[in-house]
Amino acid sequence: MSTVANTMEGLARGLSDISTVSKAIPDSSLRRQYRLDQLFRYATRGFAFFVLALLIGIILSLILGSMPAINAFGLKFLVTPHWNPVTEEFGALVPIVGTLVTSFIALLIGIPVSFGIALFLTELSPAWLRRPLGTAIELLAAIPSIIYGMWGLFVFAPVFAEYVQPALTGTLGSVPLVGRLFQGPPMGIGILTAGLILAIMVIPFIASVMRDVFEIVPAVLKESAYALGSTTWEVVWHVVLPYTKVGAVGGVMLGLGRALGETMAVTFVIGNAHGLAASVMAPGSSIASTLANEFTEAVGDLYFSSLIELGLILFVITFIVLAFSKLLLLRLAKQEGQKT
Amino acid sequence: MNLYTRRLLINRFNLLVSLLAMGFGLFWLGWILYTLFDAGFRALTLDLFLRTTPPPGSTGGLLNAIAGSLLMAAAGTLLGTPIGIMAGIYLAEFGRRGWLAPVTRFINDILLSAPSIVIGLFIYEAYVVHVRHFSAWAGIMALALIVIPVVIRTTENMLRLVPDSLREAAAALGSPQWKVISFVTVRAAKAGIITGILLAVARISGETAPLLFTALNNQFWSLNMNAPMANLPVVIFQFAMSPYENWQHLAWAGALLITLSVLALNIFARVFFRNKTPVY
Repeated sequence: MSTVANTMEGLARGLSDISTVSKAIPDSSLRRQYRLDQLFRYATRGFAFFVLALLIGIILSLILGSMPAINAFGLKFLVTPHWNPVTEEFGALVPIVGTLVTSFIALLIGIPVSFGIALFLTELSPAWLRRPLGTAIELLAAIPSIIYGMWGLFVFAPVFAEYVQPALTGTLGSVPLVGRLFQGPPMGIGILTAGLILAIMVIPFIASVMRDVFEIVPAVLKESAYALGSTTWEVVWHVVLPYTKVGAVGGVMLGLGRALGETMAVTFVIGNAHGLAASVMAPGSSIASTLANEFTEAVGDLYFSSLIELGLILFVITFIVLAFSKLLLLRLAKQEGQKT
Repeated sequence: MNLYTRRLLINRFNLLVSLLAMGFGLFWLGWILYTLFDAGFRALTLDLFLRTTPPPGSTGGLLNAIAGSLLMAAAGTLLGTPIGIMAGIYLAEFGRRGWLAPVTRFINDILLSAPSIVIGLFIYEAYVVHVRHFSAWAGIMALALIVIPVVIRTTENMLRLVPDSLREAAAALGSPQWKVISFVTVRAAKAGIITGILLAVARISGETAPLLFTALNNQFWSLNMNAPMANLPVVIFQFAMSPYENWQHLAWAGALLITLSVLALNIFARVFFRNKTPVY
């Protein structure tokens, strides 16, 4: 019994020792620091909420702004090709098709080129060249889009009209079915030009995602394939690409998201015509270019809210594409986490 | 042709194509920069920095646009950076549990790539419509909204690179968490966070679309924050699309100025802070 009592006494003394030690820091100061900690945490959390609020704010304000157009046209807005400010008839079909077609052309060219660049940077390039070359490609993404627009309009379009378009019409233009896509006067500006310039603009995004995901492939996997006698190409095609498939598609989606919303470059070169043409050589318009051209000059509530509804459609499409891209990249990261 | 030669040839061919793809990418960069330097330097005069934008047919400079751009980019960065850093701190330091951090991170990454013209529309709907006039403030808000996701992303990434042992060491010395974060982890990640801010400045310096519906443009010298303000991107857009030759020359000169500053910021950020700074 006495031993227990002794222990208890010792414990009590020990506790009082601790309390004398903690007396060195006054309780008020501890409480203050605790409150500051909480304040800090709540403040940072508040700013994180701000991001959510921002997204909700964007969506709500666009929906509110487009209510008159939604009420007037309903779902018909999406499939009507007319865009007539005089009679106040508006339909989004032409800009939507223009946006999708230009982005499709951009991906058609951008994906293989980006894959080649990523392959070059990860497998082929000497180590000392990797960084400068990678940076050079990333600088393509840093050039402001208005510069692409000016360059496209003043430099690229004339060259394109002079040399490339007649050649395309002469060769592909006479192929049945596909041929109609490449007929028409060589004006330099139009859907195809916009698509080409978008391709240059999305290459850095797709290429750097692809390069980053190619780099996470475990060296052991590649070395095993090499040890079995594979060529570099076989390693890339049969080992690296299957391993990083999800991430590569995520990169492509990211590029698509960029292409869909690109404004200034497209506005300069697409030609800004509100009509559906069978040929990709013809001028057209995209959602973003319509907004950039007409928004500040729009008169009348219905015209205005039709433009805002265009913006809403653009935001929804890019949101879905980018969310998909993000999910794919997250899946690759998770899979990566499980394996290591 | 036996199997081995065929495999070898396929390999050679495909690697050659990848080399060509690299050349294809560099070719456009070279061509664009060449045109820009060629046309830009020819139009570059001292008047550019001393006179304001001219009416068609007469001479002038870009003084008001340069001043407006600098002012709005600076104010947009000042407004957006603290918000971005705070939210980034939350994601990196407090966001290891719970639902808010993953959701915020997800949405932030989407906002990072969202079309900037939609940001312009949002500020138009949320602010310009209510005050009934375009203004520099609206432009600043739009630019700040573009700064925020960039800064959040880099701040979080850079804070995550700080080893936990630093945090634990500071905590073991009895520091409260706010001190650990502001005097240890943020300080350790300072270079990276500054890189992020520089990249954000580079990003907004060339943004045109969000300014079209917010700051609009102003032909005259004005520092009134409640009035439309001239800025380089919109002036370039307007002048380049115009049929007047002297306006087009000014547009090239302005384009050169913007690109030089954006590229300089980017290269500076990349070379001096050799951390991983993703473009996406």
